[in-house]
Amino acid sequence: MTPGLQRFQDVIGEAAARRAPLRLRGGGSKDFFGNAPRGEVLDTRGYAGIVDYEPAELVVTARCGTALAELERALDEKGQCLPFEPPHFGAATLGGCVAAGLSGPRRASAGALRDFVLGVKLVDGRGRALDFGGRVMKNVAGYDVSRLAAGSLGTLGLIAEASLKVLPKPERELTLAFALPQREALEAVNRWAGQPLPVSASAWHDGELRLRLSGGEPALRAAAERLGGERIDEASAFWSSIREQTHAFFDGPQPLWRLAVPSTTPPLGLPGRELLEWTGALRWLKSDAPAAHIRDTAQRVGGHAALFRAADKSAGAFAPLDAATARLHRALKAEFDPAGILNPGRLYADL
Amino acid sequence: MGEVLASLAERRARQREVAAALRAFLPQRAVLFEEEDTRPYECDGLTAYRQLPMVVALPETEAQVAQVLQTCVALGVPVVPRGAGTGLSGGALPPAEGVLLSMAKFMKVLRIDPLARLAVVQPGVRNAAISDAAAPYRLYYAPDPSSQIACTIGGNVAENSGGVHCLKYGLTVHNVVALRGFTVEGEPIRLGSGAPDAPGYDLLALAVGSEGMLVVVTEVTVKLLPMPQCARVVMASFDDVEKAGAAVAAVIGAGIVPAGLEMMDRPATRAAEEFVRAGYDVDAAAILLCESDGTPEEVEHEIARVKRVLEAAGATRLTVSHDEAERLRFWSGRKAAFPAVGRISPDYYCMDGTIPRRRLGEVLRFIGELEKKYGLRCPNVFHAGDGNLHPLILFDAANADELERTERFAAEVLEKCVAVGGTITGEHGVGVEKINQMCAQFGVGELEAFFAVKRAFDPRGLLNPGKAIPTLARCAEYGRMHVHGGALPHAELPRF
Repeated sequence: MTPGLQRFQDVIGEAAARRAPLRLRGGGSKDFFGNAPRGEVLDTRGYAGIVDYEPAELVVTARCGTALAELERALDEKGQCLPFEPPHFGAATLGGCVAAGLSGPRRASAGALRDFVLGVKLVDGRGRALDFGGRVMKNVAGYDVSRLAAGSLGTLGLIAEASLKVLPKPERELTLAFALPQREALEAVNRWAGQPLPVSASAWHDGELRLRLSGGEPALRAAAERLGGERIDEASAFWSSIREQTHAFFDGPQPLWRLAVPSTTPPLGLPGRELLEWTGALRWLKSDAPAAHIRDTAQRVGGHAALFRAADKSAGAFAPLDAATARLHRALKAEFDPAGILNPGRLYADL
Repeated sequence: MGEVLASLAERRARQREVAAALRAFLPQRAVLFEEEDTRPYECDGLTAYRQLPMVVALPETEAQVAQVLQTCVALGVPVVPRGAGTGLSGGALPPAEGVLLSMAKFMKVLRIDPLARLAVVQPGVRNAAISDAAAPYRLYYAPDPSSQIACTIGGNVAENSGGVHCLKYGLTVHNVVALRGFTVEGEPIRLGSGAPDAPGYDLLALAVGSEGMLVVVTEVTVKLLPMPQCARVVMASFDDVEKAGAAVAAVIGAGIVPAGLEMMDRPATRAAEEFVRAGYDVDAAAILLCESDGTPEEVEHEIARVKRVLEAAGATRLTVSHDEAERLRFWSGRKAAFPAVGRISPDYYCMDGTIPRRRLGEVLRFIGELEKKYGLRCPNVFHAGDGNLHPLILFDAANADELERTERFAAEVLEKCVAVGGTITGEHGVGVEKINQMCAQFGVGELEAFFAVKRAFDPRGLLNPGKAIPTLARCAEYGRMHVHGGALPHAELPRF
């Protein structure tokens, strides 16, 4: 047993005995995400390092405090990457990345963070270190607690270690731009997604649709010829500005909403400015409109709205759950963290 | 004798009570309890385990499913959901004193949305039927378990089924976006949606692969992918199994993610070749099938790279499929590997461990030693791309001693998979079959956590009880049988 892991177990065990809330925190890059954190900080950065990485296995295992940038550098050296292209938002750690469950531009084509989680070591609310999943790509032994932990914002346990599936980096990338109003852009990008084209990301903003293609040179050339559009050079800075929210769209004091909707949903017509990703399934909205109006609009089309960045999150960061789902959430929380000390309220007030 | 008769009479009375309660809302023909009617439900694809269900219910509406569940909970009888019954781990083995809930009547493809690339289907729809329904739009459903012409999507969800293309296209969990169904109490539940990243915990991912123990699914929404414009397969021969294993690592290491990457050893190759004449090299120690799909440009580019890597890795023969007919012929042998092996032996026992690929040579050598130790043959087919191994132990069930030796052989192989950092099941599920080996893979804390998950969904433990997760007492008993190096697994447990 390594001292770092033992320390997590001791701190959590003691906090559980005192029923004292703990705030699990890595680099603090996502302090803004979810509802306001509270409790005594348990800093995870001391427990760091890549535990196992064999490029030919397409699997990497690392400790929670490992800097996401360092992990990505190690993969890059071997020509591999995290296919879900996670946002960093600062000095992110792997633990925080998995706990937040956020994916970047490649999500619509490659899959979400949770799709690449193969296993986790979880320190639960009793201070027990538990291993779920594993380090192999196919594994159906036991319930999939690893994917349950991904995106749980640390409310079920401290993610001390994670094993992720990795993939080779695309050989080449190429970005095309099309002048299109939102409605036409949504139609086009969904139609293209149903064709065998190497589209790896899309973003629409202010009358322009950008498509990123990834793959081998001959495939990209053929696809670009078929699609038309204007070729954008040096586009990687653009995609990283979308992923990291440094693009000018994200500036300004208005609340930033994250609406997830079925990709073919027509323009929502909400007041404010919009930036669309993921074939139209992810719609960023800068708007002062009332939270209830935004949430109702998303729900009416079969989606949900999260208040992503805002000075005032009294409306709740995440869309409320229906009664049956909420009951299951409470039951799971009570089993994994009976004292209710792990990041309480960060996801929902009663978790 | 008197006691047995009394308990038989009691069971009969209980059976009548449960059937009557179900017939209050289900038509007479949808509630079966006579032995001749329930016999077809006594097992799934794992035929070594059989149990007549007390009652079989065949609802055809969601409301009836809810009522079946509410009735079972009210009467305190266990209920086991079942799809096509093709599962290989006994996950749908009926409860002796409960209700088998067949979802066979839920056979409709409800909606195909070609623009959103989604299909909404009922759980009794066959896996291959989804792709058939999507074909007019040049779309398909990617996961393709070998049983895809028979197995249903509901069962695929329960087992998180894979197939030969999952390295590139993922398992069921990666291709299902929403589920509709009921908790065991009959409360309606929706997990996931057509919109990504449902808020809160990922209960959808938890439900997929839960072996029918957490929820009963009545509607499944799956992703559809554009059909690749073309696909070609490279067939490579190797004079040594470990060289073939190294070639797999070399392909992946070169940054190639093939659509499929399969390996068969010589005994499996020969059995398949005799059966379907796929054109396999029967003198090779192992063959690899490596498929590339995409646009013609992508495929041409990737096939050239694959050939270079395989040549460098020591392939003794390389053949690339020239047309679709030849590609399908190359695959026919692999897809028919199980029935082909079925022809050369009265019975065979299929294992499903996953290992880190780099340990392949070691595990195959270990299996070779076990063949000698137990006096049984064991051909191997291997989803090489994702490390999922299917050793097939050949035996004769008529010989009780052979079955017993087979089970011990299989247990040793699965425990070896765990020891090298893998898992006891990659895609077939634990069910009743591998429940003892769960004790080798997980400790007390993890097993308790699994029970905690189960409690959160099903506090009374009535939904498919006794499957997938062994009780600690069971592990203690099993552990006592398997003492390695004097160290008892689960030494912290009280012993009987």
